[in-house]
Parts: sequence; structure tokens; C-alpha cells
Amino acid sequence: MSKILIRGAKVLGGEPQDVLIDGGTIAEVGSGLSAEGAEVVEAEGKVLLPGLVDLHTHLREPGREDSETVLTGTRAAASGGYTTVFAMANTFPVADTAGVVEQVWRLGKEHGYCDVQPIGAVTVGLEGRKLAELGAMHESAAGVTVFSDDGKCVHDAVIMRRALEYVKAFGGVVAQHAQEPRLTEGAEMNEGIVSAELGLGGWPAVAEESIIARDVLLADHVGSRVHICHLSTAGSVEIVRWAKSRGIAVTAEVTPHHLLLTDELVRTYNPVYKVNPPLRTERDVMALREALADGTIDIVATDHAPHPHEDKDCEWAAAAMGMVGLETALSVVQETMVDTGLLDWAGVADRMSVKPAQIGQATGHGRPVSAGEPANLTLVDTAYRGLVEPAGFASRSRNTPYEGRELPGRVTHTWLRGKATLVDGKLT
Amino acid sequence: MQRHLISAADLTRDDAVLILDTAEEMARVADRPIKKLPTLRGRTIVNLFFEDSTRTRISFEAAEKRLSADVINFTAKGSSVSKGESLKDTAQTLEAMGVDAVVIRHGASGAPYRLANSGWIDAVVVNAGDGTHQHPTQALLDAFTMRRRLIGPDAGLGQDLEGKRITLVGDVLHSRVARSNVDLLHTLGAEVTLVAPPTLLPVGIETWPCEVSYDLDSTLTKSDAVMMLRVQRERMNAAFFPTEREYSRRYGLDGDRMARMPEHAIVMHPGPMVRGMEITAEVADSDRCTVVEQVANGVSIRMAVLYLLLGGNEPAVTHPRTEEK
Repeated sequence: MSKILIRGAKVLGGEPQDVLIDGGTIAEVGSGLSAEGAEVVEAEGKVLLPGLVDLHTHLREPGREDSETVLTGTRAAASGGYTTVFAMANTFPVADTAGVVEQVWRLGKEHGYCDVQPIGAVTVGLEGRKLAELGAMHESAAGVTVFSDDGKCVHDAVIMRRALEYVKAFGGVVAQHAQEPRLTEGAEMNEGIVSAELGLGGWPAVAEESIIARDVLLADHVGSRVHICHLSTAGSVEIVRWAKSRGIAVTAEVTPHHLLLTDELVRTYNPVYKVNPPLRTERDVMALREALADGTIDIVATDHAPHPHEDKDCEWAAAAMGMVGLETALSVVQETMVDTGLLDWAGVADRMSVKPAQIGQATGHGRPVSAGEPANLTLVDTAYRGLVEPAGFASRSRNTPYEGRELPGRVTHTWLRGKATLVDGKLT
Repeated sequence: MQRHLISAADLTRDDAVLILDTAEEMARVADRPIKKLPTLRGRTIVNLFFEDSTRTRISFEAAEKRLSADVINFTAKGSSVSKGESLKDTAQTLEAMGVDAVVIRHGASGAPYRLANSGWIDAVVVNAGDGTHQHPTQALLDAFTMRRRLIGPDAGLGQDLEGKRITLVGDVLHSRVARSNVDLLHTLGAEVTLVAPPTLLPVGIETWPCEVSYDLDSTLTKSDAVMMLRVQRERMNAAFFPTEREYSRRYGLDGDRMARMPEHAIVMHPGPMVRGMEITAEVADSDRCTVVEQVANGVSIRMAVLYLLLGGNEPAVTHPRTEEK
């Protein structure tokens, strides 16, 4: 593999430096590095980050290849600056056996746009009744370490307790989709002022918060760590903050859309804003931003959830829940966290690469940008501003809530172990 | 007036009074031997009903026929919808047949809004009830009934309901009638009080332009009109209240309670009534109960709405609310 010299990039937003990639590794970081024998990428003014890691992606394959495949999803990931995605288990069939997780893992390897780390289901068929063969999935070629019934909550307290305990044997972590099922029967949007007016079924914040409260206490009791998916309310932030102050091993993620959008948008009844957990209020958004800045929330995860056009081009009740997010995540984080002064680029690297790689044990990802490290890198033109145009997405689906919205930042290059997957904004 | 009628909240005071005044004219047609106007001759209206509602459908149909429109009735049962056709495709199919207006009843809140604002069709959309969201023609016919009874058919012309005290009792949580009435009555200057057990009031109601009470008896004496909302028996099984009898005792309207209302006050109900639950037979059959009048007024109101939306008599009022950004 040839040499690449990234010239004059602001590494983690700091002073301009040159970064020399040789093969799959960062060979040297410094000033005035020789370009001899290397392909040069002029990066003046751009920010260089470790390749982003998404702990929460729906790749839809197997089963819903009409909305996304491992290939199209990983191409979307590379476009968004990601070098690793964790693929959620709610496929058809469900990724609850070694066979399914190996299939997804192999497809990721074959396509080569980013590393694909399958997440295994906690329970058979995501039904919440019987533990899936967690050990077998861990021991498979896919080496699963993160388990989640995402899309559904592991609501049975005993099953959740057992899962938390069981995965300790091989250092796994359970990622909980916190949603008390009885409190969210018929739920269509955040329960509050807007739902009362629109006559849509309410999804109360307490349905999320009560499960998080239970699960941090369970994790404490059995001495396990627990990860909370897509935390969406100010109350959830308070509970996680309390748990961390007690030394409980909890980590939490927030999605880009929960950092930017509120339930006021639902007034349009446009299902592009229908998502689970739902868009909340301005107060929640501000609490989530603050929590991400102060580290209460550890990471940003996209919950990239592709759906075909017909599943959104309909009335609200009939529409599928979810939004694509891989290709807009970094822009939304820049808009909500960096341009607001809440987080610097080193902080972004931490929340979108270092920490998610640690939680998911993605070896070789989320590493420092320094000599000897794997060359998993993302180059961002942070001065760019432009309108989001879904027609240009690499994802097979277009269900973005940001169509026509102006957002800052554009990923121009992505390297996976020294191999460019994105060059000048174009997939290789 | 806007192009469509989706929500009572979209109507200005002047829009609403214009509709009520127009309905008075339409009501006079009903008193003639031949109850028909040529106004919408050659125009086609489809009644697109995804939810069973014989009463509302027949009311619209009567209004449309009295205005000489061509009427197509479409019910979801046994149609392509039951075979999985989407709302969009159904609507586009109907529009391709040259429909000028779509009167839609749908179980999903917001379905008429989507139909009017998604660029699927160009026809005028009239909401005939969507989920637990809105039922604007019901609110208009209720306001019309109040104005006729509390002010008078002739004296009421040009008037709103300023200062009238209106109480709505029952399942507000699941009621599109309550939402529409709160919006419209507030616009018309009335003072609205909602009475229900706390379980049947939505979280978030605090921003609504009305008062909320859990106590029926204390509000009855201060009401010019009391509207009883239907309470479906199945709510009992979802723990909204303990038993039918307890609901009835605390929130039902019987003869004793009616006797405590002011002399001039009327009892209303959007129908269908559940006798013995929210209203006793004694009240339902009394002279103070306007339920049958409301049905007759519904036809006049729907004639007025269709006439104003399709007849071209459009004051240049625009409202941003139903226009998608």
C-alpha cells in the first residue's frame, strides 16, 4: 500500500500538522514532513479526527434489503466519516444466533467500506423471554461483545438481570432500549403539550426514565456494566448523572436528532419526524447537549434507521419509526455542540470515536492520531455550510429529517487502515 | 377562509361567524318544500370514510345533495384499502376521476392534514374527523346550535359566543370533538370548562384555552350549555375509571343534576349517546337536550362549509398553520 501525506490538517482541531500514512498505519505526525513517494492530500484548514465509530446502526440486512444493505449502509458510514459501525440485531431473521451475526460480519469484511461489528440480540427473537446464545455469538468469528434487543426493551427485570450477569463471563455489555412497554402502548410521539393538541398517542418520558433507573440499580446490584441506548429526556440525564456519581458502571448515548430537533416539528404530521424514542422538548434537547458536554452522556450514536419511501409517505400512524443519520451525524454535532461552544474537536473525537470504540471494544479504532496507530482517520471541512440533499446520500434510504436544512461541516476523506474509502467527498 | 378545513383552530373569528351565518341561510332551505340549491351542480365530492360513521357520512351526503353536487361514497371496508392500498394511492385514484373535494374520516390523527399538505392531490380537503385530533364541522354545528338556542336564529346573525359559559364533560383524552370545540369556542369568545376524571384528560392540557375541573356539580350551576361526551365502555377495562356505575355517578348527567343548571341552559351531545352511562334517558329526552337539533344543524353547517370552500366566495384570509414549510 502506498504512502499518503495529509498536509496541514488541524489534528483534533489543534495546530496544523502533517500526518504520514504508510500502509495501514500512521507512520509519522509532525511539521514539514517529506512528501517523497507519497500521495499528498492538502488539508489546510480542515480538521483531522480518528475514524468515527457508531455504536448504533441499523444495516437492515438480512431481511430488509429494500431499505438498506450492509454494502449501502457501510458506504453511507464511510461518507459520514465512520470507520466502524455496530449493526443492530433487529434484522429478519433476528441476529440472535452465531450464524446470523457471522453473516453480517462477513458481508462487512467483503465490502470493505468500514468495519462492521454485529450486535447480538439479548433474547431469542427480541421477544424478551429467553436469553439468546450470547456466549456462542461472542465465540463466533464475529466476536460479539455488545448485546441489545434495540427496537424493543428488555423489560422483564429478571431477564435483564440475568443478561447483565451472564455477559460478565466474557466482558460483554448489554445496551438497553429503555422503554416501559405498558406505558407506551399506542405511543406515537412525546407525551406533552404537542401530543395533547395533535391527538397523537403519548410516549411519556417516564417510560424511558423508569427503565433506566431500574437498570442502573440492577447493574449496581450484580456488578455489571450497562449501556443506555438513545437517551432522550432531561430526567434520564439526571438518573445517569446520579448513577455515575455513585460509581455505577453505566454508559449512555445520545442521537444527533435528539440534540437538534423537538416535538414541535410533529405539528406537520410529517412522518419523517417519527422516531423512537420520540423527539422531545427544547428543555430536553438542552439537557442532552449539556450532558454530552460534561460527559454524563458518553457518546453520540446515530440510530441510523433506514426505511423505504413508502413507509414514510403516508399518514403518521401508518409510518415506520426512525431516521437515517450516518451521513449527517457529524454535521449535526458540529451545529449543536461545536459551533455552540459546548465541545471542541478533541471532545468530538472522544464522543464519536474514542469512547464508542471503548464501550464496544472495537480494537484499532478510536485511537490517538499518532505514529504507530492504525490509520483510521476522518478529514472534515468544518468551514463548509450547505443544504442537506438526500438525493446525494449513499444510503439506500432517504428518510432524513434534515432535507433542505443548512448544516455546517462536510467529511471530505475517510481512511480505513490507510485505505481511502472517501476522497473529496466521493466514495472510492 | 383557507382552501381546506382541517382544524377548528385554523378558523378566525370572522371565518367562523361567516360559516355560522351562511348555515342560517342554508337552514332556511331545509324549511322549503324543495330542499335543494343548484350551487354545486357539476362539482364532484367524495366522502372518503376509513372509519365507520354512518351519521357523519349521511350528514355530509345530505348536505352535498342539497347543494346539487355529484356524490361518491367510499368506505374502506371491502375496498382496495382493505387489500393494503395506501392513503396516498386511494386519494390519487379518486382525484384522477375528477373529484373537486374530499371529505375524509380517518382513524389516524393528522391523516386529513397529510392529504391536504403532502402534494398528493389538489382537491379541497374537509376533515370529517381524524383520530383523536379534530372534527371541525362538529364544533361548528355545536356552536351553531348554541348560538341559535342561546341568542336566537335571527338575533344571532353576525354574532359570536362572547361570554357564554360552555362545559364539556367526559372523555376529553380520546375526543376530537372536545379538541375542536375548545379551539372554536375560544375563538368565538366563549368561556370553556372541561370536566372529566383526571385519567381522561391529556397530559399537556394546561396550555389549552380553557378551564379544567374534576367536579361536575360545581360547574353545572355556572353553565349556559353542558355538552356530554360519549364514554366508550371499553375505557373501563383500561383502568381509566373503576366501573361504569362509578363513572355515571360522578360524571353522568341525570335529572337531578340537570335541575341545578340555570333555567336557560341547554344539554348537548354529539352522539351517539350511551344512555345510562354519561346521560340518563330523562335528560336525553328532555326539551333542554338539543341532540336531534344538532343533527339537523349538522346538515346546514356542512352545506355552508362546502359552499364556502367550493363556491368560490373566498375572503383573502391565509393562515400559515396548514401550509407545510
